[in-house]
Amino acid sequence: MNKEQFSQSGSTMVEKILAAKADQTKVSPGDLVNIQVDLALGNDVTAPVAIREFERFGLDRVFNPDLIVLVPDHFTPNKDIASAEQVKIVRRFAEQQGIKHFYDVGRMGIEHALLPEKGLVWPGAVIIGADSHTCTYGALGAFATGVGSTDLAAAMAIGEAWFKVPHTMRFEYEGELAPWVSGKDLILFTIGQIGVEGARYRAMEFAGPVISRMGMDGRLTMANMAIEAGGKCGYIQPDQITFDYLEGRVTRPYVPVYSDQDAVYEKVFSYDVSNLEPQIAFPPSPDNVFPVSEAKNIVLDQVVIGSCTNGRIDDLRAAASILKGKKVNPKIRLLVIPATQQIYSTALEEGLLKIFVDAEAAVSTPTCGPCLGGHMGILAKGEKALSTTNRNFIGRMGHPESEVYLCNPAVAAASAVAGRIVHPEEVI
Amino acid sequence: MIIEGSVWVFGDNIDTDAIIAARYLSTVVPEELAEHLMEDIWPEFPQLIKKGDLIIAGSNFGCGSSREHAPLAIKGAGVSCVVARSFARIFYRNAINIGLPILECEVDLKALKSGRDRLQVDLDRGLLTNLQDGETYQSAPFPPFMQELITRGGLVEYVKARLG
Repeated sequence: MNKEQFSQSGSTMVEKILAAKADQTKVSPGDLVNIQVDLALGNDVTAPVAIREFERFGLDRVFNPDLIVLVPDHFTPNKDIASAEQVKIVRRFAEQQGIKHFYDVGRMGIEHALLPEKGLVWPGAVIIGADSHTCTYGALGAFATGVGSTDLAAAMAIGEAWFKVPHTMRFEYEGELAPWVSGKDLILFTIGQIGVEGARYRAMEFAGPVISRMGMDGRLTMANMAIEAGGKCGYIQPDQITFDYLEGRVTRPYVPVYSDQDAVYEKVFSYDVSNLEPQIAFPPSPDNVFPVSEAKNIVLDQVVIGSCTNGRIDDLRAAASILKGKKVNPKIRLLVIPATQQIYSTALEEGLLKIFVDAEAAVSTPTCGPCLGGHMGILAKGEKALSTTNRNFIGRMGHPESEVYLCNPAVAAASAVAGRIVHPEEVI
Repeated sequence: MIIEGSVWVFGDNIDTDAIIAARYLSTVVPEELAEHLMEDIWPEFPQLIKKGDLIIAGSNFGCGSSREHAPLAIKGAGVSCVVARSFARIFYRNAINIGLPILECEVDLKALKSGRDRLQVDLDRGLLTNLQDGETYQSAPFPPFMQELITRGGLVEYVKARLG
């Protein structure tokens, strides 16, 4: 790609990326494009289905093994024989096809924390993943979207995927964030405002001074949850914070892509978030959002800090700053799950894991586990969990009559100490 | 193609965790997945649904996870068509890719009773008829590319044709 391909007018970042890939000067919302992808991702739940479909093509080799990333992270370390067999299918396929981006236990991480960290995501890239939270990579200025296993199989075979060019909605955040308010609160607030289908089929552009000042971990959290509003992708246009993050990770050349000044948005939302409190999504939907002050006397059984949404180092630092020298409430089980081996190692070096263990939290190797009720922290009937994860649907973390509340890592840590949902200031 | 079957009516925002819970995702066999279809929100549902029946829902059907196990579980149960006011985009893609018939249509959900009422669907014309009262509904047409995927029976067949 070169700069000339991006010189258009009236287009958003996503439209420009898709137009360049489609070798067109301009694309418009609603257009269908069949384009080469730069990366196609699968995990231990979705890749086995994709591999089975791939075999129906009758091909010996994948289109390009370097385009494929396989990360068994959902039920790993293998929770039972059935999941071990699923991972074995993925591992064998990676070996047979010479897929170097296969990350097994001990080298892995939760996929959406791992790929940016490994330098596999760059501005302007087109990435599909057979996992709905693939939209995370938009935080780095990529066009990234979740697809199904058959789409992954097709990309493995021909390196292509089809897309309908989405309309774009722009979300602008003004003001100064209060202490203990983070990217998680902005995205929960936004989903609460527009609803779980408020951005269905749409690209969500996050912008404004609050985003410009936000660190990469908070940005990744925001893009990650675009899917919870029904979004096709969420993105933030690259800036110096992006380039600093990419430095030393991405070695290939890339050209950052920006929305034009006269880009056409379907809708622009503008929020002054200066008075925003930490936000809580009540069960059973991520759009059932209230400020933490309205979460009164919600007594908890379990608290989870981790996931592709909030298992990064800034998240662990925020949690540790609250838990330092304190104990988790005796009635609470607190699980802390660094999202990648690298994050785990950094947390170890910084003494964060010691703080968690001394506080009587259980610290786990990277896994999606409890977020989807997969393993490690399943809820019994009637239990309540507060979690930094992304979904709180019925039965999401275990029994259909258990409940999940969603929040940011500081609120999770403080609430683990208090035994009920509280604002971090209550325990500091 | 004309389909006729009993309807099973669901509301808005039926998520893929509700369609098939994550604890059942260590298999890829549609019939095994079907044994747990909608179990967490309707425990008896896997026993109630019969081959050829239709699922009728409100808006944003299939939101949440990208798990293709969700449309596979529905297909495994023998459901002939899913009709919803709107679909979440990954579910929509997945259903078309695996050849599960879906239609986007404004059906009056209150006019239909689960397990009792029957619908006739003309898939080619996108025309639905409530066999109780004769009320008809017209679904939104598919764009030509998606119609081609549907006609070919899914993405695998489409890619096979591309590969020659």
